Amino acid sequence: MSQLRQIAFYGKGGIGKSTTSQNTLAALVEMDQKILIVGCDPKADSTRLILNTKLQDTVLHLAAEAGSVEDLEVEDVVKIGYKGIKCTEAGGPEPGVGCAGRGVITAINFLEENGAYDDVDYVSYDVLGDVVCGGFAMPIRENKAQEIYIVMSGEMMALYAANNIAKGILKYANSGGVRLGGLICNERKTDRELELAEALAAKLGCKMIHFVPRDNVVQHAELRRETVIQYDPTCQQAQEYRELARKIHANSGQGVIPTPITMEELEQMLLDFGIMQSEEDREKQIAEMEAKMKA
Amino acid sequence: MPQSADKVLDHSKLFHEPEYKEMLANKKATYECGHTAETIHQIGDWTKSWEYREKNLAREAVTINPAKACQPVGAVFAAQGYEGTLPFVHGSQGCVAYYRSHLSRHFKEPSAAVSSSMTEDAAVFGGLTNMVDGLANAYALYKPKMIAVSTTCMAEVIGDDLNSFIIQSKEKGSVPEDFPVPYAHTPAFVGSHVDGYDNAQKGFLDLFWEGAERKAGDSINIIPGFDGYAVANNRELTRMLDMMGVGFTILGDVSEVYDTPSDGEYRMYAGGTKLEDAKASINAKATISMQEWCSPKTMEVVEKVGQETAVFNYPMGVSATDSFLMKVSELTGKAIPDQLKLERGRLVDAMADSQAYLHGKTFAIFGDPDFVLGMAKFVMEMGGEPSHCLATNGSKKWAKQMQAVLDASPFGAKAQVWAGKDLWHMRSLLATEPTDFLIGSSYGKYLERDTGIPLIRLTFPIFDRHHHHRFPTWGYQGGLTVLVKILDAIFLKADQDAGKVGETDMSFDLTR
Repeated sequence: MSQLRQIAFYGKGGIGKSTTSQNTLAALVEMDQKILIVGCDPKADSTRLILNTKLQDTVLHLAAEAGSVEDLEVEDVVKIGYKGIKCTEAGGPEPGVGCAGRGVITAINFLEENGAYDDVDYVSYDVLGDVVCGGFAMPIRENKAQEIYIVMSGEMMALYAANNIAKGILKYANSGGVRLGGLICNERKTDRELELAEALAAKLGCKMIHFVPRDNVVQHAELRRETVIQYDPTCQQAQEYRELARKIHANSGQGVIPTPITMEELEQMLLDFGIMQSEEDREKQIAEMEAKMKA
Repeated sequence: MPQSADKVLDHSKLFHEPEYKEMLANKKATYECGHTAETIHQIGDWTKSWEYREKNLAREAVTINPAKACQPVGAVFAAQGYEGTLPFVHGSQGCVAYYRSHLSRHFKEPSAAVSSSMTEDAAVFGGLTNMVDGLANAYALYKPKMIAVSTTCMAEVIGDDLNSFIIQSKEKGSVPEDFPVPYAHTPAFVGSHVDGYDNAQKGFLDLFWEGAERKAGDSINIIPGFDGYAVANNRELTRMLDMMGVGFTILGDVSEVYDTPSDGEYRMYAGGTKLEDAKASINAKATISMQEWCSPKTMEVVEKVGQETAVFNYPMGVSATDSFLMKVSELTGKAIPDQLKLERGRLVDAMADSQAYLHGKTFAIFGDPDFVLGMAKFVMEMGGEPSHCLATNGSKKWAKQMQAVLDASPFGAKAQVWAGKDLWHMRSLLATEPTDFLIGSSYGKYLERDTGIPLIRLTFPIFDRHHHHRFPTWGYQGGLTVLVKILDAIFLKADQDAGKVGETDMSFDLTR
């Protein structure tokens, strides 16, 4: 068995992180890789396309039922999905209570200590939104994920989030082995999207791994709780995910220490691309609107 | 007033003086709004019934008097076993005061440990600054040779990453680049002190052995585990192994720091395993863990570097000591000297002398998983019968192991195994299925009071009796100490039961 490779997908909420990661992993399993998915989002939706089910029982939910994590067996929380992909969800509290970050730490420690990482080639973490606290940085600590892939798009908030995640990685990269694997642009059909993604990648000093075009077949597959790879293996979109999987597989050890940019730099970039208005343009627009209302 | 500056009364007498009796009675009647003495008595009796026992054992939402401490206690204890090592707990201050007092109350010695003193702002922004400043201060003030970092709940909940923090502290110059700072994440809300001990020991070995090439030699390492009798037991191990002529390193030896002399000099650090010996311990032929449940992760590290391993469960008594010494002999090729065989014979002789009093006596045992295993084995060996074997920090796997030990002897037939249960469960068990004696820690004294079953203090923590830990429980010599403590309890009980003049005193024997 080759060395265990650990990767993580981060990105703004709703960006299509879970969809992208599951499709990519479904393509990766076609390349004869043994995979374990660790969903690190209290919503627990990181594995449903692989398992073709609604939601899976989470580590923390089962632990709460059993009394404590120590009472769990690894078999209770690992489900087998599409082509043998092992799936597990950390789970976490209801919105507004408790500490989801600690949940991620607990779940990952449990899985690692109880042998869930044995006999797999890939461990893939799917982590919610921003790196809001220490717990959500668990997958990028020493001896966890070697590369982080940031899923983003040409929307302003997605770019902000990507830059913030790069900041989080930088904190740990200096003292450990974690690297930024690159950006994955999930097309939203915004203006000059590819160029923008490439520009951000250049600023962060990383690769634009792949531009995933928007295609309705993803939604069709998702309605059936399937990946595109499973739903329509011959379609163009499936090829795109295979290409992404191939690139990630080949990217082993090639991650970089990111160079996140300041808020000002980021805003300037958005201005340059015409995504954000300059202060003068904004005032002009307000004046025009007010003139219209008076008229 | 009952007392004055010239006549100071001890509190045990003072509060029984009429003034205080009246005051307390008045307080109770006027302010406490309690139930009547009769109701209290009635409910007290009911809690000793089978009906209550069943409710108690079905209890889910609360733990009452758990027989365990938290992870950092074990980590602090483990750290104190190394030369010049300062335990540094990343987290809040009060927690560290608890570990220190818990250890001090047992060993009757100061217990040095520092905290990174995290407060509200650290909880929000992360404790990096506390780590940076804390390491710098601890290094400058207390001049340690090594700082061993562990964590409290607070640092764990917010997810502080020790590895990254320590590297950054070194970059910022808190301690020199090559200064050893091993670390262990020790969330107190998971596991118990035995896991904390294990995590810390793993942290030490990871650091000491990192990048080192192993040149297999013929010495052995001993990992004692968390042990309230460590002072005497480590010395007894040393004595026996020296007699055999074995080269060995005890990985974590607290026998000096927890037994410093009063000669006018305060020793913050005393003795302990030399750091260079700990580094060289990678070259050992084998590592022996005296307590399996204190060392699962540590022993994985040992196995990985290619050493042989052997694990014991707090070996006490004849056969357990036999197994230990024979294993050492097998690993090192050194014979067991005649002197030890003589000691063995003496212990067997002593057990035989007292056989009539030991045979068939029943014992409830509680404590850490390894202690309960080792103690039950020794009890059965001396002809006693374990009844309830309880470990609050025992897992299902431990319960299976415990059952197998009991099944292996006819003296274990009556025993029941209670994994994960607390001392309030034990109270119900003792009230409904009484035993002759109870073996455990000082926390058993409440059970002794409520059930009348005499407590024999043989495991950590012993707060209310002094200096027991200065006598060994391991080795044949240790077996003798344990035997005598048990016999003293048996004979005291026999005298008490025959204590009524003209009623029961036909058995109040001078010679037993």
